[in-house]
Order: sequence, then structure tokens, then C-alpha cells
Amino acid sequence: MELNELTIHELQKKLRAGDTSSTEIVQAVFKRIEAVEPRINAYITLMKDVALADALKADEAVKKGDIRALTGIPIALKDIFCTKGFRTTCGSRILENFIPPYDATIVEKLRQAGAIFTGKTNMDEFAMGSSTETSFFGTTKNPWDLNRIPGGSSGGSAAAVAADECIASLGSDTGGSIRQPAALCGVVGMKPTYGRVSRFGLIAFASSLDQIGPFTKDVEDCAILMNGIAGYDPKESTSIPQDVPDYRSFLSRGIDGWTVGIPKEYFIEGIDAEVSEAVQKAIKCVEGLGAKTMEISLPHTKYCLAVYYIIAPAEASSNLARYDGVKYGYRSPDGQDLLDMYKKSRSEGFGAEVKRRIMLGTYALSSGYYDAYYKKASQVRALIKRDFDDAFKTCDIILTPTTPTPAFNVGEKTGDPLQMYLSDILTISTNLAGIPGISVPCGFTKGGLPVGVQFLAGHLEEGKLLQIAAAYEKNANLEKRRPNL
Amino acid sequence: MKITKEEVEYVAHLARLEFHAGETEKFTSQLNGILLYMEMLNQIDTTGVEPMTHAIAQKNAFRDDVVGESLMNEAALANAPDGRGDFFRVPKVIE
Repeated sequence: MELNELTIHELQKKLRAGDTSSTEIVQAVFKRIEAVEPRINAYITLMKDVALADALKADEAVKKGDIRALTGIPIALKDIFCTKGFRTTCGSRILENFIPPYDATIVEKLRQAGAIFTGKTNMDEFAMGSSTETSFFGTTKNPWDLNRIPGGSSGGSAAAVAADECIASLGSDTGGSIRQPAALCGVVGMKPTYGRVSRFGLIAFASSLDQIGPFTKDVEDCAILMNGIAGYDPKESTSIPQDVPDYRSFLSRGIDGWTVGIPKEYFIEGIDAEVSEAVQKAIKCVEGLGAKTMEISLPHTKYCLAVYYIIAPAEASSNLARYDGVKYGYRSPDGQDLLDMYKKSRSEGFGAEVKRRIMLGTYALSSGYYDAYYKKASQVRALIKRDFDDAFKTCDIILTPTTPTPAFNVGEKTGDPLQMYLSDILTISTNLAGIPGISVPCGFTKGGLPVGVQFLAGHLEEGKLLQIAAAYEKNANLEKRRPNL
Repeated sequence: MKITKEEVEYVAHLARLEFHAGETEKFTSQLNGILLYMEMLNQIDTTGVEPMTHAIAQKNAFRDDVVGESLMNEAALANAPDGRGDFFRVPKVIE
């Protein structure tokens, strides 16, 4: 095995034992990036020189015995997190040359824990998309099949982990943007509880739904990264002022005696037969671990997509009003006066999907339509959350497929926005309710495409998610495969 | 029709966007499709349901009013498309 193919915990062991150095790990990662990146396009910006310099510092620290949770580990960051002094584009032309004057809180925290950054990964423009096809910097390809999309919006972060172009990565999830690409690329991806991880320095899409989380090669690494990023941040007023448990302590506890709810609304028509089969096997596996499964109902599930595509664009239209060509970002050279400059800068700087969502959101919030759309959607959102509150009175965990289908072809859904939106149908409810969710690999289709199973838990129950995910991963006996690149 | 071409043009103005003729038609048709899909929300009786605006029940997050770190002028202006001295320059606003 090459060093870049190993997990965080495996590499940490080697570093501690003196069997390898951070410099060797970083070199292995960049060797891989140089070999496969022309085909994958997982990154927008690479940080090779800084990464190698930081690796030297990490090796010095190790020699002095200063080994932290992520010392010397190369991690990729979705290009939605502000990185001081390093270009942060959010996948958009409008921020093509934006260099943030500060770091996002999670960037600071990861650096404090000793992590090394490999670069900024590709994403749908402003995280609006399910395939990375709306990125101004071109589509990322799925490492398992280069004709297919990796999912999105954090497709670059998922593909980079799957293709061993980093050891782990960070993404953000507004309606499934971590879990959906994790499932389609065959890696682990977690969306924590709203407020568990600080959003300070995360470029805002839909502020009541956005949450940051990890992509990793296994569940233990997910726990390690959660330990690194979770926690209250005085700079972020929606972050939860509550202590963070040691997430690794949940990994070996097992799930004997648990009740796992299977929501009937998530096994509907339109779910691919091979996805369904893989998830049924996961259900059997969980039952074999001493958990009881029961059918439950989340009756408002079918309204989630409509609610999401009112609330998320409404919040986005307000958040994206800041891109006006004045303080930072693209300015059109053709503006005749101030208003004309605003319009031209925004129209030339944003891509079609972002404009579509700004239009939807502006319409939904405009005078005369507010009650019919935004207020109505916010009321139904309360009912969706109530469904989950009721469900968690009867079960510990909810189990569903992560996505309705395996990865689809590049270009397959770009012509019809609603079809694209439907690929998030099983992940959106989590964000509306603010609860945590994790996607874990659960097998492959006959064509060799990965499938993911999703576990959901109540507010702040990330530990339980890691507990069941780790127990499942250990006992699922999945074939170990790597993409053939 | 949920939304007309004229309404799309009006909303574009509110959002400070402008479209070419062909784009307006395309957006009108796509937005119509999406808004029709959203009609399904009218099947639900939401009388008396309190709208949910946040995922977690949290009150105002107050903190003490103490001076902290802030951006220096130079850093704040570094990304400006047209920054001069201590100012952001914009095209003329008043005739």
C-alpha cells in the first residue's frame, strides 16, 4: 500500500513509531495528485509548496514529541472555506480571485491539531448543485467511472478521498452535499447537527441549513476529524455552547438492544433496484448485531424537496446580495452607473444555476408572495421536524439509502433542474430538521459503482451515528476495492 | 402560468440581475416548472403551525461588548476591484 492510500489512524501510528515522516506522506499524496488529477479534476487550487513546508515543520514537531491528533496528515478543504492568504473561489467566477483576509474557524482548528492542507477542492458554484457540474472550474469526475459525476456539491472533496489524492477532506452539507457525494464516491461522509461545528468563515449559501463535516476513508477517521472540528465558537452565534464528547469513544460500543427505524417513505418507487438491494443487506447486517428494526413513518417526507427549494433559495438570494462588485469579487468593466455595474457584475459573475436560485428566492420573498411560499414552507418545515421528533421517541437511529440511484452520467441531468434536485430527495430532510446524518459505503452495483447507506439520529447524537456506523462497517464484510485509475 | 415573462424581468431587477431575451424565456419556463411542483404544499393544512426559522431552539446569543481583533484598512481593501486610499470606489451614483 502507498502512504496516500492509508487512513489517518494508520498514518498516525506510523508517524508515532517513526516508520514514516509527514514529508513522505505529503510527497506520496502529491505524486498521486500529479498522476490522476488531469482525469479527476478534484481540486481548484493546489497548495503543494506550503504543504511541503508544513510537512517539514510537522516532522520537526514529531521529533520533539509534539504529536497532536492530526499532526502531519494531508487534508483537502472544499473551496468554500476561507483560507487566509489562499484563493477561495466557492466554485464561482465572481470569487475567481478572492483571497480571504482570515481563516475559517475549522481551518484554524485543523491547523491547531497539526493538519496539513493539500489544496482547495472543486464544488458546485456556491454549493448549488448535486454533481459539481455548475462549477466555474469544470466538472469533477467520479474516480469509479470517469464518465460519471461524483455527486455534489462537495464532489471534489469526495473524489479526492476516493482517489487517494488526500487522506481525508472537509465539505459542507446544505441538503446532502456531503452525504450524497460520499455515497456516490464510496467514502464515509458526515453532516453534523446544525450548530455543532462553527460556520465562521464558511461562505454562506443557506444559513439555517449549512453545516460543515468530514469525508474519510473509514468511520474511525470520521470520529477523529469530528473531534478536530466540533465545538462552540464565540464568533458564530448559532454554534451550540455545549461540550463535545470524544467521538472515538463510541466506535467499539456496539448496538446490541438498539431499535433502528426504517422509514417506509424512503423506500419508494424511483429507488434503483441495486441500491435497494445493497441497503436491504445493510439492514440484515444491523439486525445481526443485536439491533431490532421496525418500520416507521415520516409522513411529510414527500414535501421536503418543495420546502427545501423555497427556503434554501430564499436564504441564498439574501446571502448572495453581498456580491455587488464593490468590496471584493468580480466587477464588470462595462457598468455605466452604479445600478448598471451591480447588474452586469452579478450577471457576468454568477452561473445559470446560481441565478436560477437567486431568482426563485427573490420571487418567494417578494411582496405578495411571502406568505404563499416562504411562510408556508417554514410551517411545513416545522411539521417535518416534528416527524423526526416523534420517530426518535420510538427508535435510536433511522436507516435509509443515501441516494436514490448510483452516480449518474456527466450531462445527464443538467438540462432539467428539477430532475437534478430530485437526486437529493433522501438527504434534504436532515438539514430541514437540523439533525445529524452519516453516509457509509454499503456495497457496489454490478457495474462497479459504490452505494451508500445513511444513518440519522436526534440532535447532537453524532456519537450514536458513529457507534452504529463503526459496528456496521466492521461487520458488513464488504469487498475492499479501490478505483482503477 | 405561475410566473410571466414580465414578472421574471421585475424579479431580475429586484435581484440586480439582467438577462438576454432568450435567457428570460428559458428562466420563465424553468421557474414555472419549479413553482408548479411547489403547489403540492397547498395540500397541507398548516393552520396554527408556528413557522420554523431555525434548526435549533436558541435565543439571542449575547456577548460582552469588548474590543477584539478587526481587519486593518489595507487588508479590508486588498480584494477591492477599485480601492483607492482608504475608500472603495464605485461608478457615479448621482447625475
